[in-house]
Amino acid sequence: MIQAIAFYFFATIVVASAVMVVMAKNPVHSVLWLILAFFNAAGLMVLLGAEFIAMLLVIVYVGAVAVLFLFVVMMLDIDFAAMRAGLSRNAPLGLLIAAVLLAELLLAVGAYNAGGLTLGTPDGVTAQPEGTSNIAALGELLYGRYIVLFEIAGIILLVAMIGAIVLTFQPPKPGARARQDVGKQIRRRPEDATVMKSPEVGQGVEL
Amino acid sequence: MIGIEHYLTVGAILFVLGVLGIFLNRKNVIVILMAVELILLAVNINLVAFSAFLNDLTGQIFAMLVLTVAAAEAAIGLAILVIYFRTRGSIAVDDINRMKG
Repeated sequence: MIQAIAFYFFATIVVASAVMVVMAKNPVHSVLWLILAFFNAAGLMVLLGAEFIAMLLVIVYVGAVAVLFLFVVMMLDIDFAAMRAGLSRNAPLGLLIAAVLLAELLLAVGAYNAGGLTLGTPDGVTAQPEGTSNIAALGELLYGRYIVLFEIAGIILLVAMIGAIVLTFQPPKPGARARQDVGKQIRRRPEDATVMKSPEVGQGVEL
Repeated sequence: MIGIEHYLTVGAILFVLGVLGIFLNRKNVIVILMAVELILLAVNINLVAFSAFLNDLTGQIFAMLVLTVAAAEAAIGLAILVIYFRTRGSIAVDDINRMKG
């Protein structure tokens, strides 16, 4: 009973905030609704017994991705009112496609509900062992059976990081500010920089 | 009792909302990227639901990989957006087809 209440609570909020992400006039509000949607999706995953994915959702999505969106939305100075000009023009087509897609997806779920379909039987190789926590079982799999996938994910993140830095890196403008050349500084000797002069009394020094 | 079909329905609705968001906000790339994140979230809900109801942790591993790709995609997408804004002074996607070549 309490599980059903919690499910409908989380599901309602996640769907409502997804609607607000799409419909909000101000993209900053969209990002905030997105954060709410992620939090409630994390709640759904806790209900499913996937605590680690739920925590990952909160940390990665809310802590990194949504805040990245927030930074970019606030950093760029954009006239958002002009962006929504084409809204009504695209709305009928979008609603039509969305309705067809939703009908198809719900038809699939309904066909499963009607029976006669099996989801397939897992071979039990990657089942969660009795008495282990979700995180321990996931760690066993991730660092054992799926170690290659784990490393590929790391490489994807590395490439994405390098790509983002290379894309947004601005080389300093020439003449904007003198840059420090360490090698040049070290190569400089006192005899290059100083001269001994003994001028006569009353005469200046020509530099 | 809450069965797998409840979770699949939530996933389907979220997915459709993401697709709808791409159509409704065709001019605003930032909201399009957020709609893509919603779509990936719907996929994750489906993967974790199947994982839980079939008692097979592979689905959760896959959800983690989807999460990784979503984070990488958001970072690259926003980086492209920032340099596009820097050169053009706007993020109107209608003009992006001028970049061909």
